[in-house]
Amino acid sequence: MSTAANETPRSRGKAPAGERIADWADGRLGIYSLAKSNMRKIFPDHWSFMLGEVCMYSFIIIILTGVYLTLFFHPSMNEVEYHGSYVPLQGQLMSEAFNSTLHISFDVRGGLLVRQIHHWAALIFLAGMFVHMMRVFFTGAFRKPREINWLFGFLLFVLGMFTGFTGYSLPDDLLSGTGVRFTEGAILSMPIVGTYISMFLFGGEFPGHDFVARFYSIHILLLPGIMLGLMVAHLILVFYHKHTQFAGPGKTEKNVVGMPLLPVYMAKAGGFFFLVFGVIAAIAAVAQINPIWAMGPYRPDQVSTGAQPDWYMGFAEGLVRYMPGWEINFWGHTLVLGVFIPLVLFGLVLAAIAVYPFIESWVTGDKSEHHILDRPRNAPTRTAFGVAWVTVYMIGLVGGGNDLWATHFHLSINAVTWFVRIGFFAGPVIAFIVTKRICLGLQRRDRDKVLHGRETGIIKRLPHGEFIEVHEPLSQEQLHTLTAHHQYEPAEIGPTVDENGVERKVGASEKLRAKLSHAYYGEDNQIPKPTVEEYKEITSGHGHH
Amino acid sequence: MKKLSARRRHPLAAVVVLLLALAATGGLYAAFAPAGKAQADDSAQSLTIKEGKKLYEVGCASCHGTGGQGSSDGPSLVGVGAAAVDFQVGTGRMPAATSQGAQVPRKKVVYNQTQIDQLAAYIASLGAGPNVPTKEQYGPDGADIAKGGELFRTNCAQCHNFTGKGGALTKGKYAPTLEGVDPKHIYEAMQTGPQNMPSFPDTTLSEKNKKDIIAYLHSVDSSETTNPGGLELGGLGPVSEGLFAWIFGLGALIAVAVWVAARTAKAKKS
Amino acid sequence: MSSQDIPEENLPAEQDHAHGAVGVADEENPFADPGLPPHEHRIQDIDERAAKRSERMVALLFTVSMLATIGFIVAYLVIPNDKSIFVFPIGHISAMNFALGLTLGAALFCIGAGAVHWARTLMSDVEVADDRHAIAASPEVRAKVHADFRQGAKESAIGRRGLIRTTMFGALALVPLSGVMLLGGLGPKPGTMLRHTLWAKGKRLINMNTNQPLRPEDVAVGSLTFAKPDGLEETDEDFQNEIAKAALMIVRLQPDNIKDKRELDWSHEGIVAFSKICTHVGCPISLYEQQTHHVLCPCHQSTFDLSDGARVIFGPAGHALPQLHIGVDSDGYLQALGDFEEPVGPAFWERG
Repeated sequence: MSTAANETPRSRGKAPAGERIADWADGRLGIYSLAKSNMRKIFPDHWSFMLGEVCMYSFIIIILTGVYLTLFFHPSMNEVEYHGSYVPLQGQLMSEAFNSTLHISFDVRGGLLVRQIHHWAALIFLAGMFVHMMRVFFTGAFRKPREINWLFGFLLFVLGMFTGFTGYSLPDDLLSGTGVRFTEGAILSMPIVGTYISMFLFGGEFPGHDFVARFYSIHILLLPGIMLGLMVAHLILVFYHKHTQFAGPGKTEKNVVGMPLLPVYMAKAGGFFFLVFGVIAAIAAVAQINPIWAMGPYRPDQVSTGAQPDWYMGFAEGLVRYMPGWEINFWGHTLVLGVFIPLVLFGLVLAAIAVYPFIESWVTGDKSEHHILDRPRNAPTRTAFGVAWVTVYMIGLVGGGNDLWATHFHLSINAVTWFVRIGFFAGPVIAFIVTKRICLGLQRRDRDKVLHGRETGIIKRLPHGEFIEVHEPLSQEQLHTLTAHHQYEPAEIGPTVDENGVERKVGASEKLRAKLSHAYYGEDNQIPKPTVEEYKEITSGHGHH
Repeated sequence: MKKLSARRRHPLAAVVVLLLALAATGGLYAAFAPAGKAQADDSAQSLTIKEGKKLYEVGCASCHGTGGQGSSDGPSLVGVGAAAVDFQVGTGRMPAATSQGAQVPRKKVVYNQTQIDQLAAYIASLGAGPNVPTKEQYGPDGADIAKGGELFRTNCAQCHNFTGKGGALTKGKYAPTLEGVDPKHIYEAMQTGPQNMPSFPDTTLSEKNKKDIIAYLHSVDSSETTNPGGLELGGLGPVSEGLFAWIFGLGALIAVAVWVAARTAKAKKS
Repeated sequence: MSSQDIPEENLPAEQDHAHGAVGVADEENPFADPGLPPHEHRIQDIDERAAKRSERMVALLFTVSMLATIGFIVAYLVIPNDKSIFVFPIGHISAMNFALGLTLGAALFCIGAGAVHWARTLMSDVEVADDRHAIAASPEVRAKVHADFRQGAKESAIGRRGLIRTTMFGALALVPLSGVMLLGGLGPKPGTMLRHTLWAKGKRLINMNTNQPLRPEDVAVGSLTFAKPDGLEETDEDFQNEIAKAALMIVRLQPDNIKDKRELDWSHEGIVAFSKICTHVGCPISLYEQQTHHVLCPCHQSTFDLSDGARVIFGPAGHALPQLHIGVDSDGYLQALGDFEEPVGPAFWERG
């Protein structure tokens, strides 16, 4: 290799310093080949594509503030007497964990701010992930080739929930301790292994002296470590697949339209980090979160009304609250269905949304890549399923706060609970049907718009006295955008007798698939988009409607 | 009007209508919702039982019976003591409306303190019961706030929340908020156990214990209470925090994202 | 400034067409993709004065950020940690938290706002189309990889030498068991721990509030009292573990109001003692309604009827609250006449 000969003329003191450093790094890391495909990578502009950035930046903020908090927090359950500056707790016995959290809040300068940024960012991180996930779901961005990235994102959401929960438990205050007690009860309800897992988690009986230290290593090391890895993988795949885009003029399955990473997205995305951090810091300046001093140290014989987990565990809390108290005793054993069923449902509800992309791709049998996003109305069954899922989730949230609904709207807590019990079954069904009707209605409206133009609101009187509304034909851009989506044909089982007259066996899964396919794409389940022929027939002077 | 009808097709029109409807509902609710503020002054004058009896016969006897023996509409008042009367009438709970919901709410006080004292003296004469506490009993002097906090969390927080914001009970009943309640009334409530609240007599919750609890409540649930972190968000815990994070946290960030991603205004040839 | 102010001669004769535009108006297919719309200029692209204004705005935002950071440093150094201020409409809050949060927020937000304003108004906003390439490899590459793999597998002889394969998978499957065994040290086996509490025959009921033993005459009808077993102090090493099971809730009912016979038998003159720990998932249940004798759990709203053996009348709890059999000792104090007969707290598999 004659690299030395090639490099000499370049590095003769003439190149600027930055260039020389880049050359040095390229010789060792090969950064130029990486930059070649990425430095001017194109990203489409849409506000909903920035929801993922909200999550990433709040995650970074959580890590930064979390590291700071570890410098002061003592993950220990040794009992100490409080002598800090918060008067209403002076002389009280509490764990060192609680004591050090009070110390951070009252005696470390800026400690309260960092604690509040950490906690607000955590709530926003999970809210951001939820909305980001819904954006991806309702636009069909999870389709091939992005199914694995969907699962990565889903795992981030679930791990985020548990990271949040373990963090919320660390200060060992009366509210979070009640949550940990609930966790113990939920674990105990597991058949056969429940008592063992509980003993192993708490190092003996609840609460023991170990769980804060154990939750600490889970909260600051195990789960965030996995999440960091998943997030990097998630981002690499976003770069590798290139971003999806909405249909529009010039946008195809074969291209991505937008602005280059350098400089526009470097400035916009980089700037957005500071914007997110700035907003969260301002929120932490004006709004108090988790005032553990007002809740007091944890004691298993004390409790406060309105005992709720942070919002992301709220739907699980709801499941537990509206479940009837079923318990079966047999052969000296107890099956605690009243707690175990909600525990299983918690997993099933989450799994339902996680596996959906694979179900849909099985029903469509579509093996091609999709980079143009669906408008939710153009996938009525998917949209209806998603809204039904969100309904189940929201009903869980309502159930999780049933006591506050009761007090703030002057209702009976029993009535709220019954409403939620019925809503758990009826809500998603109603939501599914209503959403599907709305989607089909919107599809019809799009069809009318394409064929008959936009309603202008101008009323014209014809010579013979008839009143008509003037419709303005759409531009080609609009026509293209409204007709760009692909419509599937429902799958048929096909001939059950082959050409030789031998009967073919039709499997149950094939029948199910055909049935589902009809439910997705059958006659009443999507409105055929207008064809060029229809359009031409109407516009070629057969009068307007 | 023309302008308005021209805009009715605007995509945001439905949102505007909804917001107006919500605002109207909220306004009506605020206008008609019962709002009451108990008021009591500490002027202690000795008044005769006889005057109390007169007041009783006019205002209370129809439900509680002519001699305080009770009826189907109201419980017996024999032996409830002056403290119960001072609490019930002094917080406006009595006299109650003829048809109340799940429980009798706190509302505007009907009698002045002199009349309340007269009524109390009359009821106390029917049978021995707890007396109205004195200022030394519920005042802050010599109270241990931290001990009061521990006692509050053991005995009170389960219904009234960590810092006395109130909470739900069964079938529409509720534990009311303790913010702005006169210390004397808090003391009396502990002593007498109004409505569904259990009582905490001196034999199980000593006078000192009660004083500590009242001092603690004053330090965490009064208008002078410092919430170092900022907005208290109702003091309701994670539910209101979650709502705040969604609406103002994520909401603000989405607004910012819309600005970041929006097209910049184009120059148009005019 | 409105677009009318732009000098006409500054507008370019022809707007640029975006790079990569495809398709043109199609007579045959009115729905065809017309391609990327032509690029339109922003005010800043054609009017240097507007561009200058944008530049000054960006610089102003960055300057505000610098000032805010200085403000943060000053606030950190100057404000006393325990200073409380009244800010309308927030209320009394920590001056330090408020000042640090707002200055930090402003410093960060202004950097972001400056960068975004710069990108939006001064950087090129020409939309560009980039080609996508199929994720899947070409058939040749696929064939090559498969062939390479087969070659490698063949050279390793893993298919041929079954003994190696079997034992290797066996070893790999077994080795994680060591890790699982190590987890055994996390805690003891459950044994009968969950079945017993500190209560035993002769233990007095100690009032949680006064730390004194309770007498029957202390407990009035309609009152609510919490108790712990004699000898258990808050300073004890195991206080938390023991109170988590032994916490007791004491109420007094009129004996005629007690509907359950065993409850009446285990009471003393209408005084009944129930476990304070909810049988659902273990919250300290104690929202006692003295008129209805119902007790509600604040966590999940299980409701128990204390006048009827504390049976469940609403909510997710699966069985009644355990009752403690109580009586009076020779000195006239309330005492336990044994431990709870069934495990307190949440149900579990071995409960039976």
